[in-house]
Amino acid sequence: MPAVTETREAVETLSQSTYKWGFETDIEMEIAPKGLSEDTIRFISARKGEPEWLLEWRLKAYRAWCEMEPPLWAKPHHPPIDFQDAHYFAEPKKKPGPKSLEEVDPELLRTYEKLGIPLHEQALLAGVEVPEGEEARMPVAVDAVFDSVSVVTTFRKTLEEAGVIFCPISDAVKEHPELVQRYLGSVVPAGDNFYAALNSAVFTDGSFVYVPKGVRCPMELSTYFRINARNTGQFERTLIICEDGASVSYLEGCTAPQRDENQLHAAVVELVATDDASIKYSTVQNWYPGDAEGNGGIYNFVTKRGACRGARSKISWTQVETGSAITWKYPSCILAGEGSVGEFYSVAVTNNHQQADTGTKMIHLAPNTRSTIIAKTISAGRSDSTYRGLVRMMPKARGARNFTQCDSLLIGDQCGAHTVPYIENRNMTARIEHEATTSKISEDQLFYCRSRGLSEEDAVGLIVNGFCKDVLKELPMEFAVEAQKLLQISLEGSVG
Amino acid sequence: MNAITTLQAPALERFIARARGDVSVLRGDLPTRAVEAWHYTSLRDVAKVPFEDAPDADFEAARALIDAHFPADLNMARAVFVNGRFTPDLSTGLEAFDIAAFSPGSGAMARPERDAIAGINAALAQDGLTLRVPQDVDAGRLALISVDVGQGRFSTHPRHRIVLEDGAALSLLDLNFGSGAYLSNPVFEIVVGDRARLTHAKVQDEDCEAFHLALVYADVATRGLYDSFTLTMGAALSRHEVHAGLLGGHATVHVNAAQLLDGDRHADLTSVITHGNPDCVSRQTVKNVLLDTSHGVFQGKIYVDRIAQKTDGYQMNQALLLSDRAQIDSKPELEIYADDVRCSHGATVGALDEEQLFYLQSRGIPRDDARAMLVRAFLTDAIALIEDEGMHTLLDAAVDAWWARRS
Repeated sequence: MPAVTETREAVETLSQSTYKWGFETDIEMEIAPKGLSEDTIRFISARKGEPEWLLEWRLKAYRAWCEMEPPLWAKPHHPPIDFQDAHYFAEPKKKPGPKSLEEVDPELLRTYEKLGIPLHEQALLAGVEVPEGEEARMPVAVDAVFDSVSVVTTFRKTLEEAGVIFCPISDAVKEHPELVQRYLGSVVPAGDNFYAALNSAVFTDGSFVYVPKGVRCPMELSTYFRINARNTGQFERTLIICEDGASVSYLEGCTAPQRDENQLHAAVVELVATDDASIKYSTVQNWYPGDAEGNGGIYNFVTKRGACRGARSKISWTQVETGSAITWKYPSCILAGEGSVGEFYSVAVTNNHQQADTGTKMIHLAPNTRSTIIAKTISAGRSDSTYRGLVRMMPKARGARNFTQCDSLLIGDQCGAHTVPYIENRNMTARIEHEATTSKISEDQLFYCRSRGLSEEDAVGLIVNGFCKDVLKELPMEFAVEAQKLLQISLEGSVG
Repeated sequence: MNAITTLQAPALERFIARARGDVSVLRGDLPTRAVEAWHYTSLRDVAKVPFEDAPDADFEAARALIDAHFPADLNMARAVFVNGRFTPDLSTGLEAFDIAAFSPGSGAMARPERDAIAGINAALAQDGLTLRVPQDVDAGRLALISVDVGQGRFSTHPRHRIVLEDGAALSLLDLNFGSGAYLSNPVFEIVVGDRARLTHAKVQDEDCEAFHLALVYADVATRGLYDSFTLTMGAALSRHEVHAGLLGGHATVHVNAAQLLDGDRHADLTSVITHGNPDCVSRQTVKNVLLDTSHGVFQGKIYVDRIAQKTDGYQMNQALLLSDRAQIDSKPELEIYADDVRCSHGATVGALDEEQLFYLQSRGIPRDDARAMLVRAFLTDAIALIEDEGMHTLLDAAVDAWWARRS
């Protein structure tokens, strides 16, 4: 029973009881002065040696941002953020151009080891075991992001041979400017919303993936984001382009060290899929959620959007959200290609004083488009969790279909679970189905597990994992195990 | 004590502005679509209303409208309001009811600061039904008929207050119709006492040029029942907004509704059901049938307070689109702070089932008749939810009349 073993291990980790990844690596940083102005943006752009058009694009976004107000419609509340009281650029100081892992600051590598990232190719290969009767698991390529700058990208060469470009977006700006210029901001325009505009103005790094026509990406791509320095916001920008008939699976994992002050994370992810292309984007988000009293923690304001531009293209979002003091995130699909498919599978867990407002938007523009939304929300402690989703059928979406299922689980009587679906239909042949339930863990199920010798915490863990099964099974293998552990850790102290 | 002094400060300002003839203040108060609660309904056209006093009623026209809408053989007491004013000449059978004189200060529930529409009503209300059903009395059925008739744009703002004391019962048929380009802005303040039962069946069949903005505030005490059903067929633009509070244990609220819309009508059903106590039940089924270029809106919120354990909440919205250009916007919302609850909601949107149509056609029923039959069945499901079965026939008849008028 691997699930039980997992659970036991997780609970043992729990007995140590503090945030597992709450350490801070001491590396000399090069930091931009505090505050945000056109000068900061020019500084970032100059430091990164960017072309003129990108600087102009950033400045345009900044000017649009200056005119905007932070959005207030979401459920989470937080004190106003002083955007002038943060550093907008932090780069680990490094010897010029690490050519291999040996040259990388050993402090960095140790940090990753603690995180369990299979950065070393050796460790990575050792981690790949092929269970009998199963398809051989592909190795994972990692683009590790340490604060704002990607340090090293493994397997870049293997990917290049397949024609796949997988590199930090700042490298892509230099090496593939035509691609970046064509697609950057084409899904999430610079002035899309308050936090997307902020990101467009000050983004420092992120990943760039380009999968050319007909190529099935030979391995899972993965980025571990990690916030390290004190008072640095993190503004990642990810751009994934998948051309006709190509496919890629991309994993994003987040852990952040413990700290007292709230930190801002405003990422933007853009996905583009043309005819018959398929993108699978999986996230495990485990930023620091703050302590039990609600002090500290990350503010996670993310704009993620995918455009299914081609016929029969497919974009699938899977997310496990366990961290952050505040999560504000709505991975969306714009289904513009005929017969294109959008999927959203989500587990959001909140505990203590965490607040999550997350969901999706499925915009059906073309005929015979399909979308599926499965959202599982678990609230414990004094937390609040909201599912907020939009399904919109436009007049041309003949024969389009949507199915939505939102289930909420409440653990304890001090938390809240909310469901806010927006259902808009402008085509009579389109069908939308939505269902949502809210309940607590059934006493019967709990009693059944307890009578078979499971502790209350183990029993809850087992039931919660079962509740989330529909979503967890969508995760790539590596993530599914980690996600189960995270669910356990996140719900620590919520029962009994 | 003058009514004005009991109003809250913002409403007072409005009232004074109104007294000075400066109605731009009222128009400026109308919420825009940037306000979340008005996201799907624009009041831009309502701003054209001059908020003028209603013209003197043309009783003959009103009588003709009542005869057309109210079955003559219906043996039911009726309270008739013409252009927002109680009209004894057209009312009958009210001797058995405990009706008090109207007092505009009764604004405890529909507080102006809660809602701009309530504020406008509070500032401009001149009449309304003030009804009390005494303890353990079953008052039977009462028809409340609101007729607006006149030339030019005018508005009526009746303010009704209905109190059912402990153990009392009443079945209220709330009919709204008229002729002209008026704004009808009724507010209901309803109190349902312990074990009391109120059925509130509403038919909104206003003129196709009219606006109808209704607000209902209903508080239900221990083991009480507020059983409401709203059938919306008329008006160019309408909104029926219900705020139901479950204020005692084991109380029950039904906020069911059906919209039957053609032309380019816009109808909005908005409700907030607040579970403020344990062991309460709420049920909501809303069905929309949308033809032509009509636009249906449903916004329903179930709010469950932290203390409201053992809440049983159910909410269902089903929309039928019968035209390529009809439109539905639906937002069934759950906001839950108690853990031992059973709350669910569902929504389905789509066209008529082709297989069902085929089944009927294959049995020799023409396609149009088959369509009508399926739509009737779809609506009957909702109408059948009203606990006072005597109301079913009335509402079924209203739907039939609508369908006959259309074809």
